[in-house]
Amino acid sequence: MNTFLHGLANSLQNALAGKAFTLTERLDELTLVVRDTDWVSVALILRDHPDLRFEQLVDVCGMDYCDYGQGQWDGRRFAAVYHLLSVGLNQRVRVRVFAPDDDFPLVDSIVDIWPAANWYERECFDLYGIVFKGHDDLRRLLTDYGFIGHPFRKDFPLSGNVEMRYDPDQHRVIYQPVTVEERVLVPRTLREDSYSA
Amino acid sequence: MPEIRNYTLNFGPQHPAAHGVLRMVLELDGEVVMRADPHIGLLHRGTEKLAEHKTFLQSVPYMDRLDYVSMMCNEHAYVMAIEKLLQIEVPIRAQYIRVLFDEITRILNHLLWIGAHALDVGAMTMFLYAFREREDLMDCYEAVSGARLHAAYYRPGGVYRDLPDSMPQYDLAKMPKHNAGDIKFMNSNRQGSMLDFIEDFTQRFPTYVDEYETLLTDNRIWKQRTVGIGVITPERALAKGLTGPMLRGSGVVWDIRKQQPYEVYDRLDFDIPVGVNGDCYDRYLIRMEEMRQSNRIMIQCVDWLRKNPGPVITQNHKIAPPNRESMKSNMEELIHHFKLFSEGMHVPAGEAYCAIEHPKGEFGIYLVSDGANKPYRLKIRAPGFAHMQAMDEMARGHMIADVVALMGTMDIVFGEIDR
Repeated sequence: MNTFLHGLANSLQNALAGKAFTLTERLDELTLVVRDTDWVSVALILRDHPDLRFEQLVDVCGMDYCDYGQGQWDGRRFAAVYHLLSVGLNQRVRVRVFAPDDDFPLVDSIVDIWPAANWYERECFDLYGIVFKGHDDLRRLLTDYGFIGHPFRKDFPLSGNVEMRYDPDQHRVIYQPVTVEERVLVPRTLREDSYSA
Repeated sequence: MPEIRNYTLNFGPQHPAAHGVLRMVLELDGEVVMRADPHIGLLHRGTEKLAEHKTFLQSVPYMDRLDYVSMMCNEHAYVMAIEKLLQIEVPIRAQYIRVLFDEITRILNHLLWIGAHALDVGAMTMFLYAFREREDLMDCYEAVSGARLHAAYYRPGGVYRDLPDSMPQYDLAKMPKHNAGDIKFMNSNRQGSMLDFIEDFTQRFPTYVDEYETLLTDNRIWKQRTVGIGVITPERALAKGLTGPMLRGSGVVWDIRKQQPYEVYDRLDFDIPVGVNGDCYDRYLIRMEEMRQSNRIMIQCVDWLRKNPGPVITQNHKIAPPNRESMKSNMEELIHHFKLFSEGMHVPAGEAYCAIEHPKGEFGIYLVSDGANKPYRLKIRAPGFAHMQAMDEMARGHMIADVVALMGTMDIVFGEIDR
């Protein structure tokens, strides 16, 4: 760990004393995993603490871990991953919050802390079905009006469930079950660690 | 007295100023926008999901199609994320080539932006001027990768091949409307290598930017349409997740090329323009100056690349293919080639976030790998997504015609917003 990251890690340890969290460093990036119940209070500390000052939320990424390592994952299935940036102190941190319930993933919304979270949480809800508690406008964002399902979940097929076509008899566009077959040209393979360069 | 109600207007998705496919529901009080609700996703192709089903190399061309006016910058963030997970070094020459093409891409992007922005606001000529210079730069794209737009030139470990020794030339036989003298003139700066052609361009380009500025900078109509429009304070700009020229326009000194330098940006000499008022006009001035600074960086890269030959892609054949000759004569190389293009490379398990200073702002790739030959999750952090999100706040209280100016200043391209 370089000295700069070491300093940031220390600041995080001090600022978050009393909370349950894990902090790991890899590839010159710090990853913070916090409990969902603590998330809003941790987010406030991350934004307002003088040694942290993460005033910008760069990204929110939904994650579905159910296939990770081809079935070797035994933690919670859904998580939201936040990337924070401090323009003033020139530092970044990644925060991962797991949703406690796999069947109804729920994470607290942080729209009130970082307004940028608005669309990112909508996107996350749309694609992964993660519900953000406290978000007052959680509509779908990227998929079609009236879309059914959450397309980026690992159990959602790549070719989708329905397709659209113009029906000459009914004189309108209709949905029907997909007719394309999914082909896998290059199968997904895992190798032992020493295989990769 | 008649009751006055707010009027809801549906803007787009098929509107020439919608920059592609934006549907925006505008709530109007007279001609004043009370609320803007952008509906995006009409160009959603599911790039991130598709990438989970493709090998790492197969996803490179998808990156071109995200922000389809700054193609190589998208690839750059993606290959950097892979390289970070693999923990490999990229040859120094490849780093310079990448920086050179990043800056070419920045000029390409800003030229399209100024053309489209001015056209939206009512100045037709800019569009024609900007496309004249884009032609030269797209010829550079073509010379180096074979494609004018979707290059797929950056590869994990370096770039696909070294810069060519000659520039393609115009052919009289294929251009019957021109005479031999025209063709000779058009080919006059294409006699040497590609670096000679770029050098010639960098000598001409500052004059071109001056030309653009004479058309716009002191133009009364242009100033009336942009000065004081879409003002955003530095605090709100940060809170809203704005990056790039949108953030610098408000006076925040932040450029990833300077603050968190990647590749060889720390060895190059360039300045970062910063605005004062945070309005459309300041953002215009910033982008104009960025073109001049990109030109400066290009000159330095051309100079370095002339003097320093060397490899342009890593020699690790688990990541990059061996050269053709050794592949044909050597069993080991043949196996590597076959495995690389059938099964693909395996990237160690882990996660990495790589951000670059894209012409539009911070373009980031968050890559999660579980050790397989395909990404487990690829998240694209598109700058335009955050900018579009700020539309509601920026448009409130402005006239309906200003919405078009705002869309221009945000440099919206739907390929990256909808992904």
